[in-house]
Amino acid sequence: MSEKLGVYVCHCGTNIAGTVDVEAVVKAALEFPDVAVAKEYKFMCSGVGQEMIEKDIRDLKLTGLVVAACSPHMHESTFRAVSARAGMNPYMFGMCNIREHNSWVTDDKLAATKKTKALISAAVFRVRRQRPLDPVSVDINPATLVVGGGIAGIHAALEIADAGHKVYLVEKEPAIGGHMSQLDKTFPTLDCSACILTPKMFSSGRHPNITLITYSEVISVKGFIGNYEVQVRRKPRFVKTELCTGCGACQQTCPQKVVDTVYEAGLGYRKAVYSPFALAVPKFPVIDTENCLYFRTGKCRICEKTCPANAIDFSQQENLLDLKVGNIILATGHNLFDAKMIPQYGYGRYPNVFTSLEFERMLSSSGPTGGKVVLRDGETRPGSVGIIHCVGSRDKNYHEYCSKVCCMYSLKFASLIMEKTGAEVYNFYIDMRTPGKEYEEFYHRLQNEGARFIRGRVAAVMDTPFSKSEEDKLIVQVEDTLLGRQRRIAVDMVILSPALEPRADSREVGKVFGLACDASGFFTELHPKLAPVSTMNDGIYVAGTCQGPKDIPETVAQAGAAAARVLSVIARGKVELEPFKAFIEKGSCSGCRICNGICPYNAISFIESEMVSEINAALCKGCGTCVAACPSQTITAGHFTSDQIMAEIEGILLDVKQESNESSTAVKGGKS
Amino acid sequence: MKYAFYPGCSGEHRASAYQDSLELVADIFNLELSSIRDWNCCGATEYLSVNRLGAYALNARNLALVPKGCDQVVTSCSACYLNLKKTDRILAENPDIAKDVNAALAEGNLSYYPGIYNIRHILEVFINDIGLDLIKGKVVLPLSGLRVAPYYGCMLVRPNNGYDDPEFPHTLDDILSALGAEVLAFSMKTYCCGGHMPQIKAITGYELLRRILGEAQGKGADIIAVTCPACQLNLDAYQDDINKNFGTNFKIPVIFFTQLMGLAFGLERTLLGLGKELISADEVLSFGKGLQRPLFRRRVRKRGD
Repeated sequence: MSEKLGVYVCHCGTNIAGTVDVEAVVKAALEFPDVAVAKEYKFMCSGVGQEMIEKDIRDLKLTGLVVAACSPHMHESTFRAVSARAGMNPYMFGMCNIREHNSWVTDDKLAATKKTKALISAAVFRVRRQRPLDPVSVDINPATLVVGGGIAGIHAALEIADAGHKVYLVEKEPAIGGHMSQLDKTFPTLDCSACILTPKMFSSGRHPNITLITYSEVISVKGFIGNYEVQVRRKPRFVKTELCTGCGACQQTCPQKVVDTVYEAGLGYRKAVYSPFALAVPKFPVIDTENCLYFRTGKCRICEKTCPANAIDFSQQENLLDLKVGNIILATGHNLFDAKMIPQYGYGRYPNVFTSLEFERMLSSSGPTGGKVVLRDGETRPGSVGIIHCVGSRDKNYHEYCSKVCCMYSLKFASLIMEKTGAEVYNFYIDMRTPGKEYEEFYHRLQNEGARFIRGRVAAVMDTPFSKSEEDKLIVQVEDTLLGRQRRIAVDMVILSPALEPRADSREVGKVFGLACDASGFFTELHPKLAPVSTMNDGIYVAGTCQGPKDIPETVAQAGAAAARVLSVIARGKVELEPFKAFIEKGSCSGCRICNGICPYNAISFIESEMVSEINAALCKGCGTCVAACPSQTITAGHFTSDQIMAEIEGILLDVKQESNESSTAVKGGKS
Repeated sequence: MKYAFYPGCSGEHRASAYQDSLELVADIFNLELSSIRDWNCCGATEYLSVNRLGAYALNARNLALVPKGCDQVVTSCSACYLNLKKTDRILAENPDIAKDVNAALAEGNLSYYPGIYNIRHILEVFINDIGLDLIKGKVVLPLSGLRVAPYYGCMLVRPNNGYDDPEFPHTLDDILSALGAEVLAFSMKTYCCGGHMPQIKAITGYELLRRILGEAQGKGADIIAVTCPACQLNLDAYQDDINKNFGTNFKIPVIFFTQLMGLAFGLERTLLGLGKELISADEVLSFGKGLQRPLFRRRVRKRGD
């Protein structure tokens, strides 16, 4: 074996050299096997540093490279590129992290220097066993799947479609629009939510590059960046969309009234055949089999008789749709915290305790009350309203996080209530959180307009009067922490501002797409600051509230960012994948199939005809799970072979070996 | 199942109706409640505020007397429950205090190592060990039409004891519903009854009681069901004084939930201690007397709800 290795030790200014004796390290490195050259430099990542390495590789005909500097997260790609430019295979490179793992975490210079030597020795031993690898290059399918038809999904879909690429927009409800379509006004400008959302819904419905797939759910995802195969379950609408004109005759004649718990948040009704709202996109209604008289009793079919286009079709069945896409954007949105979980606030017990979403529907001019603010009886105007913030948010019993939007929409409610009814409005808050463009100004405006703000977490809402003035009221019991005393505020109506929480099925959905969820259940982005829309799974991106609570501007920004990431992948045409793939030696595979089930990327399949398992190199991420699990040790992880790892261990323990050799000689010497 | 039972001072005397009814109801479910021998007072609400170490030692002594082989300690008084449970937790978390307490116990040849017993209130035993289905199955005289205000008091579920919501509990509601009663949505169910306040500063205690009785009356309660001897005494004994002070006209019987259980299970009224309450429950519980099916007289509701 005639390997020729170069070892380069970076000072990183004083970050490393302040703690590590780099000169001594270089001297030691020259003694390691196959090391032809060892050098130190102030900033190895600088142009000068890179050129120095490049020159050495060429001039000395190096076959391997070790750089001891910062974290590979920071500069591994830099030095791989240096190797490649100098004509050496970039996978003949090893990087030692002697900064984050060493100089930054100790003041002990001797120990830091010793550890540096050990790390370099390990890398040298390892690189000697490394083999040249070629990156895997795959074509990108330019079609994109967007899951979730709320504002995030709609915006991302339009961005990609406008750039000329095909988009499939999958939505589980009968129509797109999401939570934003339920809102009346948006903060802080109080512009009409429908007025800004409806044009976007129509554009995505009409766009030649967008295929809307509503009333459907993604059930499986296979493949990898550029080449995903997706299966979508389409629930039957029982309406022939090619015939339906969206005239609404069926909805008018349907005799079955149903409380609409989704779009109207339980405040209004729909029919068993329904479109969620008047301007729904697509315009085709669906028949809800749980409530439809025909499906329940076998009799009725009135809609079928009244449909002028003969579009009702009770024989429709669920079907599966296979899609091939290159990238996927997940924009599955959020749920609202169930306010009944905090029973002392009385939601569900006292009729005049509302949730924010119920109140949004009440404010909406197309909602159940036509935009009138009234008590649950449908007619009485409240003279006073209490808005309780942080219901289930910032509460260790439920969700520790801040839901971010509640302060602002509570202010919006206060503004609209005062405008519509002249009622006294009390905001019960813990801290007012109004960071955002013109948000704080809106807060000040409300203060000036006479909205009341009481700082303190509400203990309970009750209907028990302690005095005459509290009779027939809801009483909000709260510690006013600015006043330093308990207060009881009697109001006619209470609005709870519940937490935004992950969809109840977010973990299962995450599994389908191979995404992790954080402790709360929101999808985890690749990096919270520098890769906020990417995920651990290349080619799958997240946008909107499925990643964490956020308001509309932030959601739209994130959706745009996800679309931009997709467009850049499409523009590249091809994508290079790390060549660290596991492979199975077919000859010694016993066909036990243990590896099949444990692969987190579903990359291993069983070839029935040969009774052996096989790894799809394009799917394999090189995680090594199968390598560890294989009982016949027949799986090898490329770039992480047993040979390489044993060499690395030998290298890291080199000084221990030398010391024990010395001590054993000393004992022998002493005896003789 | 076998339980070491800590009766508490009230149970022996003033709240004997609670103890008597509990014993009868426990028999129905074959709950073996064997009293801890030579038990002492738990210190009630005051002693822990006056002398902590002394109070811990009092409670630890009771736990030290639990017979070997029994790991379930049950009490029916909310204050005793809180004190026993709190002592066990404090001793488990503070080995120094445990050492001092054990030094005191050693004088009487006793010792106690915290964390070995499951300390429980009888309400929770009914909910978790017996279950609502079994309770429902034993009902022979459903409390149909009886409007009951379920009152838990402030000590039973706080701090969070894990088996019920500490802010708005529902287990007593569930049991009363299983007996067939009409359970009122009772906002004041966990508000303090004043404890010993009526003896210390009567008017303060009366105001606290007025709020609780006020809601019960306002919602048309026939009766208030309680889980603690102190709550029963306060709510029952001071209604006349409260009426005098506040110009109210309360006359609401207050009895223990175990008495209502026994009644629904068809047990003899006098054996259940019914009649020992100061404001007689006889009238509102007159249904079913002489084995006649109840025909309950509805009261005029004062407040629509």
